[in-house]
Amino acid sequence: MRQIQLTKRPQASKLFAALSPLLAFALTLIAGAIIFWLNDKPPAQAIYMYFIEPLIAEWSLHDLAIKAAPLIMIGVGLAVCYRANAWNIGAEGQFVVGAIVGSLVPIFWPDFQSPLTLPLMLLLGALGGALFAAIPAWLKVRMNTNEILTSLMLVYVAQLLLDWLARGPLRDPNGFNFPQSITFSDAATLPEILPSSGATHYGFLLAIIVAIVAWFVLEKTRAGFQVRVVGASPRAGKFGGFSGSKLFIVAFMISGALAGMAGISEVSGAIGHMQPIISPGYGFTAIIVAFLGRLNPLGVVASGLVLALTYIGGEGVQMMMGVSDKVVRVFQGLLLFFVLACDTLIHYKVTISKGRG
Amino acid sequence: MTQQAAGQSLLRLSGITKRFNEIAANDGVDFEIVPGEIHALVGENGAGKSTLVKMIYGLLQPDEGEIHWRGQAVAVANPKAARALGVGMVFQHFSLFEALTAAENIAMAMDGKVDLATLAEEAQALAEKFGLPLDANAMVGDLSVGERQRIEIIRCLLQKPALLILDEPTSVLTPQEADRMFETLAQLKQEGTSVLYISHRLDEVRRLCDRATILRGGKVVTQCVPAEESVESLAAMMVGEQVHTAQREGSAIKGERRMQIRNLNYKPLNPFGVSLKNITLDLHAGVVVGIAGVAGNGQSELFECMSGEVLVEPKAILLGDTPVGQLGINARRKLGSAFCPEERNGHAAVGELSLSQNLYLSRQSTDSVLSGAAGVIDLSALSRVTQSVIQEMDVRKTAEDPPAASLSGGNLQKFLMGRELSRNPQLLIINQPTWGVDAMAAAHIRKAIMALAKSGSAVLVISQDLDELFEISDYLAVLHDGHLSNVMPTEQCTFSTIGVLMGGASEDVA
Amino acid sequence: MGIAESILLTIATAATPLLIAAMGELVVERSGVLNLGVEGMMVMGAATGFMAAAVTGSAWIGLLAAIVMGAAFSLLFAVLTQSVATNQVATGLALTLLGLGLSGMIGEHYVGMAGQKLPSLDIPFLSDIPLIGAVLFGQDPLFYASIALTVGTMWFLFKTKTGLTLRAIGDNHGSAHALGVQVQRYRYLAILFGGACAGAAGAHLSLVYTPQWVENMTAGRGWIALALVVFASWRPWRIVAGAYLFGGVTIGQLHAQAIGVPIPSQLLTALPYIATIVVLVLISRNRRLTLLNTPASLGKPFVPDH
Repeated sequence: MRQIQLTKRPQASKLFAALSPLLAFALTLIAGAIIFWLNDKPPAQAIYMYFIEPLIAEWSLHDLAIKAAPLIMIGVGLAVCYRANAWNIGAEGQFVVGAIVGSLVPIFWPDFQSPLTLPLMLLLGALGGALFAAIPAWLKVRMNTNEILTSLMLVYVAQLLLDWLARGPLRDPNGFNFPQSITFSDAATLPEILPSSGATHYGFLLAIIVAIVAWFVLEKTRAGFQVRVVGASPRAGKFGGFSGSKLFIVAFMISGALAGMAGISEVSGAIGHMQPIISPGYGFTAIIVAFLGRLNPLGVVASGLVLALTYIGGEGVQMMMGVSDKVVRVFQGLLLFFVLACDTLIHYKVTISKGRG
Repeated sequence: MTQQAAGQSLLRLSGITKRFNEIAANDGVDFEIVPGEIHALVGENGAGKSTLVKMIYGLLQPDEGEIHWRGQAVAVANPKAARALGVGMVFQHFSLFEALTAAENIAMAMDGKVDLATLAEEAQALAEKFGLPLDANAMVGDLSVGERQRIEIIRCLLQKPALLILDEPTSVLTPQEADRMFETLAQLKQEGTSVLYISHRLDEVRRLCDRATILRGGKVVTQCVPAEESVESLAAMMVGEQVHTAQREGSAIKGERRMQIRNLNYKPLNPFGVSLKNITLDLHAGVVVGIAGVAGNGQSELFECMSGEVLVEPKAILLGDTPVGQLGINARRKLGSAFCPEERNGHAAVGELSLSQNLYLSRQSTDSVLSGAAGVIDLSALSRVTQSVIQEMDVRKTAEDPPAASLSGGNLQKFLMGRELSRNPQLLIINQPTWGVDAMAAAHIRKAIMALAKSGSAVLVISQDLDELFEISDYLAVLHDGHLSNVMPTEQCTFSTIGVLMGGASEDVA
Repeated sequence: MGIAESILLTIATAATPLLIAAMGELVVERSGVLNLGVEGMMVMGAATGFMAAAVTGSAWIGLLAAIVMGAAFSLLFAVLTQSVATNQVATGLALTLLGLGLSGMIGEHYVGMAGQKLPSLDIPFLSDIPLIGAVLFGQDPLFYASIALTVGTMWFLFKTKTGLTLRAIGDNHGSAHALGVQVQRYRYLAILFGGACAGAAGAHLSLVYTPQWVENMTAGRGWIALALVVFASWRPWRIVAGAYLFGGVTIGQLHAQAIGVPIPSQLLTALPYIATIVVLVLISRNRRLTLLNTPASLGKPFVPDH
């Protein structure tokens, strides 16, 4: 029997650290070609249409930025959180709660239209996401409860809450019983960055700024140093005098705040009103974004764009070639698998050998 | 021992070479064990002893060379094959399972069908024969280190091995327990069992072993009959150059009290941890206090209470006159203390972070120069301080600022000691200062500790190495099962009095 | 059939998939591996089980296909975490995300199709005993399988040498390796077993519980199964208690919705998820006890030297 043997490298390989996401993407393309071929679609043409064509047209580039904005924003938060060894997988729920809290302003005070409306909405969105994320974090720190399971359970709770609100208290009373809220006023809508060119709204710019700030804090400051130490070794973190519990809660709340802000940005910038479903799984896809970006906020910007491309390309091949849009989540899942596998090359030398015995 | 013909050899290795990442851990090793001899394998940390015995026990495969068993060339594919040949192994850090009972632990090494009840009876009978008491139904996690080792030994003996390998067996025993084990080994020798005895305790090797093979840098340097050598000559063969042991100069002058511990009680979170009971201790400027004890008797718990990594009653610990029981480690650092834990990677340092970042880890709160405005780290200041520590302590490394994990144990420990020493702390607390460190680095570290005390700092050294404690301490105390003995001047202590206390006897007996 | 009887019956039906999936994961975690991909393996099992049954017309073949698919899918996780030493948490998440996507893709054309149902056992006379008859003697085959699985797992873990070795690996993989135990081989097999169980649990959903295929039809049950393992403190019989407790909550809220209690249906639907959180909090609160019960090497990677 042949065996895969791993030999620990004395030092992490810088080459593979840079190469691994590219390698993973290439492997995803190959797997994608096989999937198209199995579905009787010409693989080369399908791959071109999926991954290249969206990058050529101006309008689809805007689409890309619109989809990338929430992915980057959530992904940055998750990257920080995972670096602290805090496993928040409930960003989808925090996204929803942020959207709910932020949209209370334009729905219940539609006449409050001032330059402060949007900042207030974003702030409330972030606050809502942060507080919702604080629940699993607090339960972990005070009650020793597994944060992976609780944060995930709360996603269902948040989605059901939104479903109830959109069909009940938040519904437009003049909307013919249609389960959606009134349309947000202009003052409550994130404006487009280049209206003459396309629909990309300021949420994208916000996401980029968030990523840069997060990178600086993580890499250059004492606060970021704490995150890295506690994440790598809780015991060494204690030796450094850092409070693991405090950091755990802060990390969760930061990622919750960013997910919440992404939620309200999405509703305000891309949708324009509240409805029972506001996310095609951004909160889960952002987990992939965070890993593909190697848990580095700047890497997350690039990987957010790549994952946004998987959404846009999926729509493209569905329209043009009749491929099911379900292929999107398959590509995303495969990408994460390949990233994880390729990351092994950073820390280990891999050899295939004849097994002994 | 009578010289025996080569044809009668039990185990013979020829030209054994093993490489990790192109570095040879063993390089053309030849040696031989004959039936009924106790053979010592002597070498420094990193000399390649563990790698060699892992190949004999089938845990690693040699890249080159041959293993002959009773004259036949064999490939030892795995430990099961080794056991089938008749090789048993007692590991230094054990291969036991805390959540299983003693009997279940023994069953884990039995190949083929086992019945737990019968096995427990057999183990009990064997234990009585060798005078090694054993409770087959006890959970291993609840047992002391000595008891755990007994389980390991009995587990091997149940298979009636022809060769028993013991890796640093006495490092976890009191001197009295070690004597007891030597008797067991003598009994085994009588019955014709060979023993491969790995140790760097040279006096033991002289007392016990018929022959010795000395390893240095992965190669066999020489073979000798230890009884015909002195400890010094063995040490010179092992290290390759003269090691200058540190020498205490006269009795220390006891300065002001820097730390006071009164009735410290602490119950750790870990279910298998050791509770501290009513610990009382004073540390004075200019004095080194050594705390002896077998591993797992509350050393790391005591260290964490003193460092502030766990909090206790406010007045249980005073720094100067300040109650610090409820203050964290950084507050205690700001009051002039410094700490050096036992575990290097994963406690004192983060392996994947660079040396400079690891310097920052313990000094970010005390050295304001390292942090600029708004908590932004001043990288150039950090690099300056790091380089000066590296020079001061003669840290050998491969790159400008490499990750901590890439340094050898000795070099990393020198850096971590230097990190604390260069602050000139008023109080330094160290757990196992030279654990897993080569002899030259260990000598360097011990000298630095004594120099610090001489310059007027209070120092506490927790160590399992009695030689080390007698070498550097002005006062000694013993930690056993979370109790701390009285503090005694080193001059009034002997190995045997300390050993009795390490075994848990009350002080009036000692 | 009386109301009480039918409630008991439906509770058992709701509990069975949780029980099977959680029992599989328990064995995986006892070996020291945390596979968060239960939801993904389960939903793949549900999809392939339904499809195979629809194509062949045999629910039994559907069940077999689901078991094979669950195991095959878990093999992906095994190769990555055991042979390539990837992070177990991230890889488990990847398995779940991929499973949800892949099942949606392959099952797309089967949505809304009428499905096959595994026949219920119907022992004459015995199943006619009032109240307990149908519950004990008139159930679907997987109900009996789940009971056998529980007994078998207890016997395996605590009465066999292999079970002892598995528990030992979960306690300390380094020690097990030093004794010559092939740690990774055991873990591979444990993971495959967990995958097969998750696949069977998924098949129960699409071949017994609601014989049809709907995307994401597991609706978090894989995650609840993971929570059950924690709830059970890694002891098999407690999984049974937990699974039936959750079956009760699920059925209770469904009945409450049916009779129209004046509570938003969304809140009732959320109850099992909220109950999971509450139960996890209660069981984990005692840190010392939790530390004692948790397999000590759970989730930690193991790479032997060569």
